[in-house]
Amino acid sequence: MTFVKRYLSLAIIGTFTVIMAIMGFVGLPFSTVELLEKIAIAIILAVSLNMVVGFLGELSLGHAGFMCVGAYVGGKVAVLLSQSLGGTHIVTVILALVLGGSVAAGCGFIVGLPALRLRGDYLAIVTLAFGEIVKNIFENVQFFGGQTGLRSPQFIGKNRFIVFIIGFVLVLLTLFVIQNVVRSKHGRAITAIRDNEIAAKSMGINVTKYKLMGFVISAVFAGLAGALYSFTQSNIQAQTFDYNYSIEILVIVVLGGMTINGSIISAVLITFLNIFLQKNLGGSFAIAKDIIYAVVLILLVIYRNAPALKSFREKYNFQALWRKIFKRKHNPAKVKDDAARWDVVPTKIEMNEVLSTDVVIDKTGDNSADVGERGGNK
Amino acid sequence: MASTEKKANTINPQKTSKKHKREDIVSEYVLETRNLGITFGGLKAVQDVNLKIKKNQIYGLIGPNGAGKTTVFNLLTGVYQPTTGAFYLNGKDLTGLRQDKINHKGIARTFQNIRLFNNMTVVRNVMVGLQNQPEYKCSLFESIFLLPRHFKVEKKMRARAKEILKIFGLEDERNNFACNLPYGKQRKLEIARALATNPKLLLLDEPAAGMNPNETEDLVNTIKYIRDNFDMTILLIEHDMKFVSGLCDEITVLNFGTVLTEGNTKEALNNPDVIKAYIGG
Repeated sequence: MTFVKRYLSLAIIGTFTVIMAIMGFVGLPFSTVELLEKIAIAIILAVSLNMVVGFLGELSLGHAGFMCVGAYVGGKVAVLLSQSLGGTHIVTVILALVLGGSVAAGCGFIVGLPALRLRGDYLAIVTLAFGEIVKNIFENVQFFGGQTGLRSPQFIGKNRFIVFIIGFVLVLLTLFVIQNVVRSKHGRAITAIRDNEIAAKSMGINVTKYKLMGFVISAVFAGLAGALYSFTQSNIQAQTFDYNYSIEILVIVVLGGMTINGSIISAVLITFLNIFLQKNLGGSFAIAKDIIYAVVLILLVIYRNAPALKSFREKYNFQALWRKIFKRKHNPAKVKDDAARWDVVPTKIEMNEVLSTDVVIDKTGDNSADVGERGGNK
Repeated sequence: MASTEKKANTINPQKTSKKHKREDIVSEYVLETRNLGITFGGLKAVQDVNLKIKKNQIYGLIGPNGAGKTTVFNLLTGVYQPTTGAFYLNGKDLTGLRQDKINHKGIARTFQNIRLFNNMTVVRNVMVGLQNQPEYKCSLFESIFLLPRHFKVEKKMRARAKEILKIFGLEDERNNFACNLPYGKQRKLEIARALATNPKLLLLDEPAAGMNPNETEDLVNTIKYIRDNFDMTILLIEHDMKFVSGLCDEITVLNFGTVLTEGNTKEALNNPDVIKAYIGG
């Protein structure tokens, strides 16, 4: 049972991918394919950022920077290879992904180094600076296209639907790897560092190793998401990867309650919201998009954390619904093994400075209510 | 918590003029310190501490507030690097090693202000303590791709963690978050976690602080049990003199960073200098 619960998200996304693949053969409208690609990219980014923010407990504002590295390196590799192999050759795709991911991993290692000495806000500034530096470097190097951007071999027509299949395979890979890391002893060491670095050191945990591990794993998947992004665009612009993009990923993670499953759900919802607003607000209303987006975010954050709404949240959440359907009584004393709740990771990060809204998780409430809320209300 | 961390970061111990060269010695003691000392700026926090702790001994380290007891613990666990002297565990020189390396060599500690992994369950707190032992070795690769060793190690760790929790009567609490435990149980969990690292020497920093008489008595029994069943040597800091005299074979009394007296517990506690240091005059 625990095994089923653990990989439920993987199973759902896997089934979804298979269904979409079948429908893709029949023929999907281009806008649907595009939307699915965007969702895949958002999920990969959110889940990988959650590794650093949720599990390692460090605030990173440079996630778009890693993605930028992956996009440019992957895109360039694809361009170079497509001349000899053709744009949609499988070797091209795999090499672009592998190289994009590994160069991003190198960058993750470099950013991880100051993380050993800096904490909280200071590290956030360093990562923010990293994102901006990367963006500016790629914008000004002629090899990568310079100001005009990198022209990547876009996948078109029937081939386009292969890209989103690749995207969802990558989503599954990301989930599989990150879930297994977090659930292992290595993940426990990482969460121990988040909870109390001094105690972790005295328990014999090599803090240097595990912090770098967290940053590198996070960066690898951001790089993969970037390479995937490069397949969907005909022209990669460095300006896309500005700090706003990083914040957007962070917002997805925070709204997801800094858990893996929550990140997936909020990645889907936020991407939908973004695209829905983009489509339906034209002309002079275009500016209203940002306002509506911001208002929705504020309302969601307030809903998640307002003490006045606590009883409401406890009554109406996914877990309560689940219990109602299956007539199960919630009994915290009966929980057999904590393996079932492995992804319930409350976090101590205080994001007030970043988001200007109070999202500090209230720890005074009793345990069972806390878990129920986290488990369901995403 | 925040203030102590700040202190540790801002006040840097003076750099030793020449780097300490580690040399092992032959010693009959589990822990032997030789002229251990540290200077913060111009302040001599601890000077010339010579501890000699025999195997299976429960050794007390007492003294008035600010005497440097916790600083000695921080020196022994590598939080601070000593400016003078060295310390040896079973004759092995551990001076100047990193905190995690010292833990691997066999010194584990608890903290004066409890430092648990609050957002992790009780059983996981103990499992973190277990993870550096060679029998629970499992590489990242094996964990990611769910190779058989991963499951084997996890199962073994969980079973061992439960065993340890049973000793402390925390088995039923194992799925609760550590921050939701009552104070006395948090203290116990911290000792359990330290014990999980399989140390040769256990350092307890005020284990009975904030406990009622019943809990204290319970703790005395637990500590004795640990010594007998885990073949453990224990060094503890405590202010409760009844606790100390009931538990410790020998003590060292510190005052203003220097050793006031040491030896048999009863004699040391009745030493007029010690009484003077505690109540003034």
